[in-house]
Amino acid sequence: MPELTLDGRPLLVAPGTTVAAALLLGGDGTSRTSVSGQRRAPVCGMGICQECRVTIDGQRRLACQTLCRDGMRVESRP
Amino acid sequence: MKVDILIIGAGPAGMAAALAAAPSGARIAVLDDNPAAGGQIWRDGPQAHLPPLARDYRQRLEAQANIEHLPATRVVALAGPKALLVEDPEQGRVIEYDRLILCTGARELLLPFPGWTLPGVTGAGGLQALIKGGMPVAGERIVIAGSGPLLLASAATARDNGATVLNIAEQAPWSKVAGFAAQLPRWPHKLLQSFGLFHPGYRANSHVFEALGEGRLEAVRLNIGGQLREVACERLACGFGLIPNLQLGQALGCHIDNGAIAVDAWQATSLADHYAAGESTGFGGSEKALVEGAIAGHAAVGERNAAQRLWPQRQRWHGFATALNAAFALRDEVKHLARPDTLICRCEDVPLAAVADHQGWSQAKMASRCGMGACQGRICGGAAQALFGWQPPVPRPPFSPARIDTLLQLGADAHSQA
Ligand SMILES: Cc1cc2nc3c(=O)[nH]c(=O)nc-3n(C[C@H](O)[C@H](O)[C@H](O)COP(=O)(O)OP(=O)(O)OC[C@H]3O[C@@H](n4cnc5c(N)ncnc54)[C@H](O)[C@@H]3O)c2cc1C
Ligand code: FES
Repeated sequence: MPELTLDGRPLLVAPGTTVAAALLLGGDGTSRTSVSGQRRAPVCGMGICQECRVTIDGQRRLACQTLCRDGMRVESRP
Repeated sequence: MKVDILIIGAGPAGMAAALAAAPSGARIAVLDDNPAAGGQIWRDGPQAHLPPLARDYRQRLEAQANIEHLPATRVVALAGPKALLVEDPEQGRVIEYDRLILCTGARELLLPFPGWTLPGVTGAGGLQALIKGGMPVAGERIVIAGSGPLLLASAATARDNGATVLNIAEQAPWSKVAGFAAQLPRWPHKLLQSFGLFHPGYRANSHVFEALGEGRLEAVRLNIGGQLREVACERLACGFGLIPNLQLGQALGCHIDNGAIAVDAWQATSLADHYAAGESTGFGGSEKALVEGAIAGHAAVGERNAAQRLWPQRQRWHGFATALNAAFALRDEVKHLARPDTLICRCEDVPLAAVADHQGWSQAKMASRCGMGACQGRICGGAAQALFGWQPPVPRPPFSPARIDTLLQLGADAHSQA
């Protein structure tokens, strides 16, 4: 089972879990803050809306199309 | 990298195309932006249950030595004649091809309504995809709204994973939904798949009015057959049917007709050596995608007899697609749910008031930044087309946000070709 950190907290998830799912498993499910300051969460689940973009190991990535891996660092808050 | 046949999209259409073309010995690559093959309907994950047919296609794809599957790879830009710049988590690179098959599928049509940006609101197919990827919904109260058989599929996935589905609000009138259901015995397999999932909370002639909550969804106000009703819930999944993903076809210069990539009987587009199959040529479900993909695969390797043998089967699923699209056509009410302060562009937080008075998409974009954000107008452009009839402009690269080192490859490549 991969263990990642989500906003600094450790989280153990089932193999094959997307980072989008991890956001709710280990937090409130939100992924980013919009330009006017609203918290947002994944919407389309399929790589279109870009609402799920988070920072993974220092890179901007889509949470819904990224699988959780051991040692991954996910940040949802700037 | 250079291949004989490059296939964009590893859903049912892309997999069928690859498997049909493979016996010719051609060198084939199938790229897809998801981590696993399967597309929308056969999406894998910890909470997904793949049907045997999906497993069979995936195993055969893996087993073919001349098919290379490139997962987690997206198309970033055109890189010259018959060449595309692509990016995966590790690298950016140019793939040259001799023939291309576009199997880019469809996305959900998301229409704006007050509160649709609240966390807890997702697409209908979106909810299904997120659950399959492991998102927990056990114990949640869920409202599903929008249009089409996907609402029922999404409800079934939510229920199977421990959620309570309170309501399913279908915007189409009863007469049309019932008429569609009555035709379903013509496609017996589909009967099981969609209307076998009938739910006691299902209401036609109904739609979402607004989503309510402070910082996250707390309740939904529904219009059920003309009566407003407030329902407390943790989640709202709302999608108004599917729209073909055209961006790449459009950028390549393929002729677009009626919101879909136009193809002839061989699934060939208006551009020589470029084919298209599946939902990108029009919404119609996985059986249509499979048969169109196989025809495109055969045609792309010159096996016209094999392709032609599949025409009657395609005809049958085109009949289903026509019935589906007629039954779930959008009613005017659902195009007027947004209020002046409702955000239309979720990327740049642009409200309806800032775009509604413009003549067309380009003007609105210039004045308000609507459509200039990360999704490149894939969400708000689809909505603006439904709401105002604005034609989406030809997309500009990068087609999706890309890393600088990937884009630099394009410069290097352009220089070496110059
Ligand atoms: C969210 C969602 C859920 C659905 N659920 C169901 C269901 O439960 N039952 C059902 O019968 N039908 C469902 N459908 C309908 C479904 O689209 C079809 O049944 C079937 O999956 C269509 O097959 P396809 O191969 O044409 O397209 P898809 O299955 O959509 O496959 C296209 C693939 O191409 C990828 N892609 C697109 N553009 C690019 C690009 N530029 N670069 C890289 N990759 C790209 C996509 O990510 C996708 O994986 C769903 C559709 C959506 C949008
Ligand atoms: S949820 Fe829409 S892109 Fe990830």
